[in-house]
Amino acid sequence: MTALRATDARPRGLVTRIAVNVSFGFGLPVLIVVLWSAWSTRSTNRFLVGPLTILDAFRRTWIGPAFVDDVLPSLYRLGLGLLASIVLGVAAGVVIGSLRRLRDTLEPLLEFFRAIPPPVLIPVAMLLLGITDTMKVVVIVSGAIWPILLNTVEGVRATDSVMLETADSFRIPRRERLWSVVLPAASPRIMTGVRQALSVALILMVISEMFASSSGLGYRIAYFQRNYLVAEMWSGILLLGLIGVLLAVVFGLVERRVLRWYHGMKEISRA
Amino acid sequence: MRKVLLGAGGLLGFLTVWQLVPRLGLVDPQYLPYVTDVLAWLVQEVRDLAFWRRVRLTMTSWAVGLAVATLAAVVLGTGIGMVPFLRRATHTTVEFLRPVPSVALIPLAVLMFGLQMRAALVIIVYAAFWQVFVQVIYGIADVDTVARDTARGFGLTRAQRLRYLVLPTALPYLMTGLRLAATVALILAVTAEMVIGNPGLGRSIELSRSAGDTVGLYGLVVVTGLLGVAVNVVFRFVERRSLAWHQSVLSEEAR
Amino acid sequence: MPDGSPLLRVEHLRKVYSSAAGDVEAIGDLSFTMQPGELVCIVGPSGCGKTTLLKCLAGLLRPTSGLVEMDGSPVTGPSPAMAVVFQEYGRSLYPWLTVRGNVELPLRHKKLSRAERDRIVTDALEAVGLPQSARSHPWQLSGGMQQRVAIARAIAYRPEVLIMDEPFAAVDAQTRADLEDLVRELHLARGISTVFVTHDIDESVYLGQRVLVLSNSPTRVQEDLVIDLPPERDQLTTRALPRFTELRTRVYQQIQRAKRGPAAAPQPAP
Repeated sequence: MTALRATDARPRGLVTRIAVNVSFGFGLPVLIVVLWSAWSTRSTNRFLVGPLTILDAFRRTWIGPAFVDDVLPSLYRLGLGLLASIVLGVAAGVVIGSLRRLRDTLEPLLEFFRAIPPPVLIPVAMLLLGITDTMKVVVIVSGAIWPILLNTVEGVRATDSVMLETADSFRIPRRERLWSVVLPAASPRIMTGVRQALSVALILMVISEMFASSSGLGYRIAYFQRNYLVAEMWSGILLLGLIGVLLAVVFGLVERRVLRWYHGMKEISRA
Repeated sequence: MRKVLLGAGGLLGFLTVWQLVPRLGLVDPQYLPYVTDVLAWLVQEVRDLAFWRRVRLTMTSWAVGLAVATLAAVVLGTGIGMVPFLRRATHTTVEFLRPVPSVALIPLAVLMFGLQMRAALVIIVYAAFWQVFVQVIYGIADVDTVARDTARGFGLTRAQRLRYLVLPTALPYLMTGLRLAATVALILAVTAEMVIGNPGLGRSIELSRSAGDTVGLYGLVVVTGLLGVAVNVVFRFVERRSLAWHQSVLSEEAR
Repeated sequence: MPDGSPLLRVEHLRKVYSSAAGDVEAIGDLSFTMQPGELVCIVGPSGCGKTTLLKCLAGLLRPTSGLVEMDGSPVTGPSPAMAVVFQEYGRSLYPWLTVRGNVELPLRHKKLSRAERDRIVTDALEAVGLPQSARSHPWQLSGGMQQRVAIARAIAYRPEVLIMDEPFAAVDAQTRADLEDLVRELHLARGISTVFVTHDIDESVYLGQRVLVLSNSPTRVQEDLVIDLPPERDQLTTRALPRFTELRTRVYQQIQRAKRGPAAAPQPAP
């Protein structure tokens, strides 16, 4: 264990501990907001809008019909895209990861496709699918599927040989072996892929809407920018940030639950 | 060897399918041009100086953005990572700012800097920064506690500890962060050009689309893909090298 | 089997691995039989193909030539009448399942009612002394306890033959003694035929009714030693017996001889 430090010597009461955690948690953000507020009132830069103005614009813009018209469709596309990416990515990843010949054959292609900057495929998608909801979902999938697929392939390929032999020795059928052994063993890697897919999906949702849409969060923010509605634009960015954080938090909760065994193992091996 | 053959086979198979789909009329060649046309276009472009200028512009944004982001991330990351108080104090801020998609800031950047490379750079730096920053923090946190206490016990100054203990441990993490940042930076360099319109490959893509030049569009997609592969390969190589060095220097057991 | 025919028969088993560097003959010409209810230990110098032999017995590997027969029929794949306990318990037990889940997993495919299955699992856990650990995860337990879980999983499978591949090699000496006694106890109480591979000479003599000493490559059975120690064995008293020392010396000598060169089997091949 680490050497004793002076601050460890005193036991802390519950209230003190909560107060300390809260001040660490909120301290810097509050400070930033205060400084920003001060700076914006004194600055002549019209793009630096004060936090209160932003919050006001936030309330006016997003709490109301815009929520239903823009935010919900965006979230719907995002959710659908992510779901499709996970299902397709894991399914394809399992197949490719299990068959060595297939993997070797597809490897250069996969390396190439995953290296294409996803937004570059938006014009292609627009060409092939027009400007529809389907197109936007396909765009999200075309980017978000790669981390999931590649991580699944890796996770499946690297399944511990002893784990597999054990399953074989007990005559667990191949199909059952996939669900009960291979996938759970690969789940830490798959989750890593899903986490990466979240940020890609969010980026693609925003960009595809800035580009090729008449509704959605990305579209709205671009619209505000074009019309110099600066406070509204900031509020849109704030909302996007909140959505990003929310996604990360939800993912964290899901991951901790699904990978509880994995984290437990790591803790023990680290002790 | 067999692996190389299979891979080549896969590639060839894909190109054949690509050629066949519009040939057989499954998709209108207007929307999915023949692979032969795209390859011909590529051969032509490669001889055009204007093409290489655009590549240079994109890669310049990429390089500058990556460099600035890395520098900032190493400085801030080391500073914050070495001081536990700062790490705790900045934790929530980092966790809030990190998931904000860099592209969401494009409208802001455009308002502030106009439709120029500078706006694109802001976006690139923002996204790449977090990749490196997070890895640097992890790397410093990973320094073996026993080693650190031993070092402190021997009376090494902070600077010495930094150089002989922290840096070698954090280096592989930094390389991983660099690889991730390099990929992200390329994506955003091209994306920014598409949306903002500063000259480069991304802008060409957008122009090809609006002009209906589908062959050029697909060709540029291939080009950006190849660039992405190149960046990936180079940085993965660097990362693996630094990891090998790291293990040979720090590892006590023979592998 | 009351008619006296062997439960397990291995005849002229040969296994050759082909690799980029050339062919490796892991097993040359191996033959032995095992009667039902026996506890047979297999020892040999390192690299003599003990694990390969086990995998062939368990149906996880196909022999290059020769015969592996169980209950009169050839072994072509893993059999429901055989259960394996692997050496690396950390990798053989599934960390996402509880102890109970691990023991239960192989049973899910035998046509059993839920109640029946639960009963078998509980019984197996009690037999290895871990009834209170059912809800824990394997990685929360010590090495010795984890191997007990693996043993419980194997006996819950109700095999005719239990195959153990150096199961206590990765465990400390004190725990090993406890686990050896557990194996003997299970063998006596349930009469499960057991093939026990080990590199520990003392362990092989302490546990086995017979000890097969394998030679170096090309591997064959160098000696088939009957252990005529009393069936009730004890870590302290049995190991102090003069007969124990005689037997272990003999095994040791055979292994040294095996290490020295290609097998010069004292018994002619049948």
